[in-house]
Amino acid sequence: MFVDFPNGPIMKAKVYVNLKSGVLDPQGKAIQHSVELLGFTGISDVRQGKYFEIALDPAVDNQQARESVEKMAREVLSNPIIEDYRVEIEA
Amino acid sequence: MKFGVIVFPGSNCDHDAYHVISKHVGQPVDFIWHRETDLSTYDAVIIPGGFSYGDYLRAGALARFSPVMNSVKKFAESGRFVLGICNGFQILCEAGLLPGALIRNRDLHFICDHIYVRVETPDSPFTNEISAGSVLRIPIAHAEGNYVCDDQTLDELKRGDRIVFRYCDPNGAITEAANPNGSRDNIAGICNRERNVLGLMPHPERACEDLLGSSDGRDIFRSLAATLAAAV
Repeated sequence: MFVDFPNGPIMKAKVYVNLKSGVLDPQGKAIQHSVELLGFTGISDVRQGKYFEIALDPAVDNQQARESVEKMAREVLSNPIIEDYRVEIEA
Repeated sequence: MKFGVIVFPGSNCDHDAYHVISKHVGQPVDFIWHRETDLSTYDAVIIPGGFSYGDYLRAGALARFSPVMNSVKKFAESGRFVLGICNGFQILCEAGLLPGALIRNRDLHFICDHIYVRVETPDSPFTNEISAGSVLRIPIAHAEGNYVCDDQTLDELKRGDRIVFRYCDPNGAITEAANPNGSRDNIAGICNRERNVLGLMPHPERACEDLLGSSDGRDIFRSLAATLAAAV
């Protein structure tokens, strides 16, 4: 699945991107409608987001990796006008 | 005056735009591959519709990083004219050349249909040959044309007379029923503060011949040509 790095075990970054709370999510609404039609109850809202797994070279130090992924999430993976993001680094 | 049509991998309305400029505007026009960076010989560039980079990540999100886009930014800053149609509008928003964003249509469907837009202002290089309130019949073809922006941006757009086109009914009334995709305030097209960059979701280049169902789109290209003729 992931690129093999010669320097040891894979370090992984997880990036979660979600629509900001004020932004309408037509896909989330359609999913909610469908699951309710299927009989699932007790749902008050569904919001669809995106999830990225990014394999990192373990030779890069943790702080540097975090900064790099933060920048990537801010400038590419999310559109700050409509989306929020959250980054997790997993050693 | 010379036009350029930018071509990304996945652009598919580039030939339509080229056809309109060469046949109806009657001016020289080149295709510009997205890896080019020299726009110095052009007076106006068109960012055409299509699915640049397969719409991966978000529509327009990856095209923004193509080498030509840095040049388009400088081109726009120098006061020359940029017209983004459909995916071109999405790219201009992603690139920060226009405010706001285009998200999934309210009803999720890809919509391919002739719709009506009202020209909200003749005060733009792209509408100066059209009177305010004119209704144009132009096709749309998109799944992500739902224009969103925050309250402050909407206020700035209104106060700056920068909402150029709004979805309307055949009589020019701005109604929710005439809003095909859920766009805020029925916005179909906006320009930047300097007014030389326009983005719109409808496809005027597909509405330049009666044979295609409408020739209303010609007014937009006629306006741009008149602007350039006066400037060159």
